[in-house]
Amino acid sequence: MAKNNEFLWRRLHSLLGIIPVGLFLTQHLIVNHFATKGVDAFNEAAHFMESLPFRYALEIFVIFLPLMFHAFYGIYIAFTAKNNTQRFSTFRNWMFVAQRITGIFLVIFIAWHVYETRWQVAIGADKADFNMMADILGNPWMFGFYVAGVLAATFHLANGIWSFLVSWGITQSAASQRVATYVTLGIFVALSVVGIRALLAFVV
Amino acid sequence: MVTATEAKKITVEIQRQDTPDSEPYWEAFEVNYRPNMNVISALMEIRQNPVNKDGKATKPVTWDMNCLEEVCGACSMVINGRPMQSCSALVDKLEQPIKLAPMRTFPVVRDLQVDRTRMFDSLKRVKAWVPIDGSYDLGEGPRMPERKRQWAYELSKCMTCGVCLEACPNVNDKSNFMGPAPLSQVRLFNAHPTGAMNKDERLNAIMGEGGIANCGNSQNCVVACPKGIPLTTSIAALNRDTTVQMFRNFFGSDYMVDN
Ligand code: HEM
Ligand code: SF4
Ligand code: FES
Repeated sequence: MAKNNEFLWRRLHSLLGIIPVGLFLTQHLIVNHFATKGVDAFNEAAHFMESLPFRYALEIFVIFLPLMFHAFYGIYIAFTAKNNTQRFSTFRNWMFVAQRITGIFLVIFIAWHVYETRWQVAIGADKADFNMMADILGNPWMFGFYVAGVLAATFHLANGIWSFLVSWGITQSAASQRVATYVTLGIFVALSVVGIRALLAFVV
Repeated sequence: MVTATEAKKITVEIQRQDTPDSEPYWEAFEVNYRPNMNVISALMEIRQNPVNKDGKATKPVTWDMNCLEEVCGACSMVINGRPMQSCSALVDKLEQPIKLAPMRTFPVVRDLQVDRTRMFDSLKRVKAWVPIDGSYDLGEGPRMPERKRQWAYELSKCMTCGVCLEACPNVNDKSNFMGPAPLSQVRLFNAHPTGAMNKDERLNAIMGEGGIANCGNSQNCVVACPKGIPLTTSIAALNRDTTVQMFRNFFGSDYMVDN
């Protein structure tokens, strides 16, 4: 390869984190939130998502491939860093490490989550409905695992929006980057509330 | 008769290394305290009398220095865990014992002396200069607004000391990231009215291997830089410039040198 395309790959990684993966995550958490409105509301919403036209194409091109690219390139990026929060214990350096730790945890969580839900449905072993999730989350260990997964995802997306804004040169000044910290913190809290409320709805 | 100041000693622990490939080891030294000492004056004391804390004669310690006023960047080392200049690191302000180690982001030549060649190579790669050489006098260039000159002066204070590379988690032996300093120099030379005539070349250089995309926004560099250079603002600004350049390279016309 004569030409070095690292720049394009990194920009693609950054973009895919927001579009479509970040948008999908937001949509996913909001649809799940129907669980707070009762069993029927959730089943209806899940059924609507299942019956979208071109479902398999959407799943492959909007979710699976972009996520795989972001995840595998993300692992590579995460392991090329030499974290040094002992020397530099600033907020941003901790966020840098947290972005990488949550990313790696998400690989494990998402793999398990997809296996346990989407894959089981695909091979006909289960049906994607309220009961399936209530069964899974009835186990307190699994419930804890899912809470960690949701928080890791919302943190990773929110902090990812912050660094996306820098990576594309949108927030340049220290002041704008500071404001972006507060805004993305707000996004983290809001998405976490939506996600955790949905999880709680399956168990209480 | 021994006065209080004469009796006071400071301990300096140094991570030493005899050759570029040999194993590093720690050696402690005791130095007579004098008021207003800096780390280099402590090192000079050790060099005068290379006897370690155990009273054993040892090899004199090697380090780099030049200006002794924090403008050349040669004397950078890791002092109590933080990379900084040893000429401006005052003993009175440092926790005891003082621990000195070389900046291991760079190849160690010997003891505290490192080889910063990679930084100078990066400056060459990104064309961190204003090309005006030619076979005839080109005359005066365009004027630079005075306030812009004052702002650019701050960026020009970079002394290639390497502290920002040492501080960056993404500059290490697993990655080929050139680090913050050469990036900020691209912003400096692209801001210069004559330098801007080659700005696409510099942007394309930092869009290449080990370039700007390797930045992961830990923002340690801006905290560590002894010259207060706004490195993270430089990087974010160049992120925007390279975004534009990326689209331009693909969609732009055949002419795009200085537009
Ligand atoms: C829930 C799914 C995920 C979402 C919504 C997401 C979103 C994002 C976003 C928006 C960014 C910011 C990009 C930038 O800095 O410009 C990002 C960065 C990052 N992501 Fe993800 N991501 C997800 C999953 C993963 C996974 C599974 C990994 C695997 C390790 C990962 C690793 C990374 C890394 C290392 C970065 C930092 C890149 C850099 O600073 O250069 N992400 N992510
Ligand atoms: S930007 Fe600052 S820390 Fe980096 S090499 Fe230049 S003077 Fe040193
Ligand atoms: S000797 Fe020049 S910066 Fe210290």
